[in-house]
Amino acid sequence: MSGMSIIPKTIARLLFPFVAFFGAYIVVHGHLSPGGGFPGGVVIASAFLMMAIAYGLSGLKRESALVRAEALETAGGVAIVLLSLLGISLGLNFLQNVLPTGFLGELFSGGILPFLYLGVGLKVTAGILLVLLSMLFAFGGEE
Amino acid sequence: MNERMAGLMLATIVGVLLIVAVYVSLPEFGSFPLRNIGGNRENAIGQRILENAPRETGSGNVVTGVVWGYRGYDTLGEATILFTAVVGVVALFRAFGRRRA
Repeated sequence: MSGMSIIPKTIARLLFPFVAFFGAYIVVHGHLSPGGGFPGGVVIASAFLMMAIAYGLSGLKRESALVRAEALETAGGVAIVLLSLLGISLGLNFLQNVLPTGFLGELFSGGILPFLYLGVGLKVTAGILLVLLSMLFAFGGEE
Repeated sequence: MNERMAGLMLATIVGVLLIVAVYVSLPEFGSFPLRNIGGNRENAIGQRILENAPRETGSGNVVTGVVWGYRGYDTLGEATILFTAVVGVVALFRAFGRRRA
């Protein structure tokens, strides 16, 4: 699958940082406003998908792209489990909120909740991207 | 043609019935069904979580407080389901792409 014409390429290139930044905002503010790791991760993945469709897959190496996305998704999952085990290592319960919760409404508040959502955001971004890339490669790659 | 008209009418009737049923049975905006616990309406679990979640979990978003504070195991399982789904899709489409290539 080669890329599209110059108009979609330019629009995708200009729009990409805004969409990715908006997704990151949704992930980071998951404990303050509606949103969180799941929808934010999908928004970030859609930004990458927009670039992949506009520019084509010819610049991507199939195996390395898929392996990297797999590694990122596994890293997100491992981060979630390690954060959950933090409570056990301190003699408390699994998934217990061990960090201080801070002041309500501030960015650094809520204990481990924002960090758990960061892990979920990484996992969802890489997972959705992995699904979409493997479908794109299966139906139109390697040309 | 006749069958098509009958199907269209059936779909319209069922759709209107569904809309009316949902409209009639929806609670008022902003309210949610309270469940009595021990005969005490103030102890309804939804009301308790709404009032206590910001203080107990430190999260301004009550949904996040429930998802990662009160029901962390459930969300961990949700992430595992996503992982399983991704593994399944990738296994399927990898084999498909390799056979085509």
